[in-house]
Amino acid sequence: MEVRDNTHSGHAVAHDVHDHGHDDHHHDHHQTFITKYIFSTDHKMISKQFLVTAIIMAFLAMGMSMIFRLQLAWPDETFPFLESMIGKWGKDGKLDSGFYLALVTIHGTIMVFMVLTGGLSGTFSNLLIPLQVGARDMASGLLNMLSFWFFAASSLVMFGSLFIEAGPASGGWTVYPPLSALPQAIPGSGLGMTLWLVSMVLFIVSALLGGINYVATVINLRTKGMSMTRLPLTVWAFLITAILGILSFPVLVAAALLLVFDRSMGTSFYLSDIFIGGVPLDHTGGSPILYQHLFWFLGHPEVYIVLLPALGLASEVISTMARKPIFGYKAMIGSMLVIAFLSFIVWGHHMFVTGMNPFLGSVFVFTTLLVAIPSAVKVFNYIATLWKANIVLSPAMLFAIGLVSFFITGGLTGIILGDSALDINLHDTYFVVAHFHIVMGSSAIFGMFAGVYHWFPRMYGRMMNKSLGYLHFWITIICVYGVFFPMHFIGLAGVPRRYYANTAYEGFDQLININELISVFAIIAGVAQVIFAFNFFYSIYRGRKAPQNPWNSNTLEWTAPVEHVHGNWPGPIPEVHRWPYDYSKPNAKEDFIPQTVPYSQTPESNRPGDF
Amino acid sequence: MMITLLLGTLVVIRLMSVSQMASVLSGEDEDVAQKRDNSMNSIGLMLFMVVGLALMIYMTIKYQPFLLPVAASVHGAETDFLLNINFAVIGVVFFITQIMLFWFVYKYQHDKNRRALFYPDNHKLELIWTVVPTIVLSALIVTGLREWNKMTQGHPDDGMVVQVYGYQFNWITRYSGPDNKLGRSYYKLISDTNPLGIDYSDPASKDDIMTKGNEMHLPKGVPIQFIFNSRDVIHSAYFPHFRTQMNCVPGMDTRFYMEATITTNEMKGITKNEKFDYVLLCNKICGVAHYNMKMTVVVDEPAEFSNWLKGEKKVIDAAPTAELEQNNTTASTVNTEVAL
Repeated sequence: MEVRDNTHSGHAVAHDVHDHGHDDHHHDHHQTFITKYIFSTDHKMISKQFLVTAIIMAFLAMGMSMIFRLQLAWPDETFPFLESMIGKWGKDGKLDSGFYLALVTIHGTIMVFMVLTGGLSGTFSNLLIPLQVGARDMASGLLNMLSFWFFAASSLVMFGSLFIEAGPASGGWTVYPPLSALPQAIPGSGLGMTLWLVSMVLFIVSALLGGINYVATVINLRTKGMSMTRLPLTVWAFLITAILGILSFPVLVAAALLLVFDRSMGTSFYLSDIFIGGVPLDHTGGSPILYQHLFWFLGHPEVYIVLLPALGLASEVISTMARKPIFGYKAMIGSMLVIAFLSFIVWGHHMFVTGMNPFLGSVFVFTTLLVAIPSAVKVFNYIATLWKANIVLSPAMLFAIGLVSFFITGGLTGIILGDSALDINLHDTYFVVAHFHIVMGSSAIFGMFAGVYHWFPRMYGRMMNKSLGYLHFWITIICVYGVFFPMHFIGLAGVPRRYYANTAYEGFDQLININELISVFAIIAGVAQVIFAFNFFYSIYRGRKAPQNPWNSNTLEWTAPVEHVHGNWPGPIPEVHRWPYDYSKPNAKEDFIPQTVPYSQTPESNRPGDF
Repeated sequence: MMITLLLGTLVVIRLMSVSQMASVLSGEDEDVAQKRDNSMNSIGLMLFMVVGLALMIYMTIKYQPFLLPVAASVHGAETDFLLNINFAVIGVVFFITQIMLFWFVYKYQHDKNRRALFYPDNHKLELIWTVVPTIVLSALIVTGLREWNKMTQGHPDDGMVVQVYGYQFNWITRYSGPDNKLGRSYYKLISDTNPLGIDYSDPASKDDIMTKGNEMHLPKGVPIQFIFNSRDVIHSAYFPHFRTQMNCVPGMDTRFYMEATITTNEMKGITKNEKFDYVLLCNKICGVAHYNMKMTVVVDEPAEFSNWLKGEKKVIDAAPTAELEQNNTTASTVNTEVAL
């Protein structure tokens, strides 16, 4: 009865079933509070659940960073409020050195996994994949719901680990054994570490359930006319991200599982020849380096799991708001594929100083620096898109431009760190901290902000306040550069990361005022995020009602009704006739032609290569 | 304070409703960027770029004395040169791309009477900016790898073997003595008096010299083969001035070859700092006192170094007799275990 995707006849049966299910719902829309808001299987609701959870987790992790920034800038001061806030860990207003490491660890874990992986992919893959490919919902609503609830459970366990007696995991977010395997080595490696591992396993289950769903939806549920080369770059980015996750997360499970065995069952996968607490341990024959290989086999693709969705969102926002087709659409897809492939064979650059064979090191130098080529292509394509454009500076666009700026700044220092001869001196210093916070942390979070500002009307049917958005952008970009740029200097001076105090070596004393500067910026940046949170939650209830297509965008999601309906479109699913980037086409009536407009209706603007 | 915050929030909410109302009345959609927003923000971006780049240059100059302390090793001087070349290359790319990015945003502000240029691709252009970075990167890869091969192809026979041993939260150094070989060690032999677990039955251990205390000496101009180990967790031996870093991993040996070129005394002159000392830092998170795990390193003229070394006790002389005997029996069982 409906005009549906007939290009995949093999799935006709599945579609029919789906359609019937949809019809039932359509006539009978009674949902209880629980099925609508809690155990929802609707991708739009699940995307909001991911986003709100990620925002809460982000505030938690950001709060942690503010506490340890206080310590780093003013190591001799006392902050009495710490004691009332974190109790014994802040006795007499002084941050405990063990808890400092716990804060660093949990800050990193939450930001990388809960915010930039779960929050970013979970929110936007869920919101945009069905809406942009023209599907009623995800391939499996149930798995999708489970994906969120595993994510929520994982976040809760991680949060809960903050409240146990010995403190949470504190071996750094990479939790290298033996430190993470032996409670004798650091208190956080007791129950805290167990909870960390439980949380990560739950998280991986969530990521896999989500990822399989995203891939299945993109491959199978595209609407009629939506060929792979007509997919918006967002969807391409989510697809590649999901594949990366499916291939790499299981390896992290393996790494974690062997760590669990070593911790609780006396095996020696990672442990050998250890004398600690006055006694030699029985473990023998293992290698701590094995863990690092397994961890970074996920860990490096993880960087792109974080970054690619952000780049995808930015591509879409930049093209729409520049009123100009994205430059080099196919090159953009190609470079994402190349980046994704290379991301699996560069992990060793995290391990140049582990004593790995120098020849193996050279191979990793080679593959690592190759990543710079597709990355450079992407940057040039963004810049070319802006050239002779007609740019509307919405808050989302500003954040997307900020993303490109960070991607350049942070990407370039990667060339230095990927060079083993230079990495020797910079490894594990603040130079690395600066590099990845800019290229991965800030870029990705700016991509996420761009996404939230741009698609908020689609999520909540209302607009976010523009002026507060601008204020948020300006304070944030100034502070982010203010925090992370000076860290390059500290790193070059040779200051190691994860130091509770930099006073150990008097040569670092001259750098204390840089640390104060960084901390001031960090605190302002943190406070500025309250503006965002306020704007976000205020606009959910009180924002202006969103028009159908506020940014005059071409993609399918803006053809769905503002008020969400189950199944996304009340009538038939729209059919797609063209690629998503027909902006400012010569002779066209308006400066955008939505994907649903057939060429037969636009004879004035058709070009020879269009059909 | 809470009350102020609450009142502040309420005021903002009121103001926002008022501004929304005003925009509804004036008929324009206030939450979509207007001409005024575009010009204000693009001017802001230009200012941000100019001030940002200026500050960046200013800070680089201001902090120059503290960045990259003078390299005091042979390979360090070379990698610094390489690093500067890399900085020059990425600096050029950084300036060009950032300026283009912000300039285009400023220049091509929205004008409803104008259309953007429909310019979806240009294969020639794309080819250029794929090939050019490839060439530049190839050059960087080749120079980097050449340096890497040079610094990692050590000369085991020439180098003076020095063991650097990490444990929570300090370092021990062992010198191999005239035979330039370290005696065998095994972690189950570790005791209060034998912190390295040295197997005294190994003849190579007879001339080994161990220094504790918080100082390590190295001769200038002599190639050194460092052997790193750890007793408990992974540590990382980081000598910022020598541009040398290697992880210390329990259960395995890691190595690094280097040659110091400047003595501590000379460095005091160079840095004009009478209190200057080289330092060995732990650079891999290793526990609560990670930040305090450091050791002073003194680079001497070779003659001074020999004198200093002569004054240090051999491990075997320092070991209690009882332990020597007991050690011999344990060591032989250890040896059988290994043989099995």
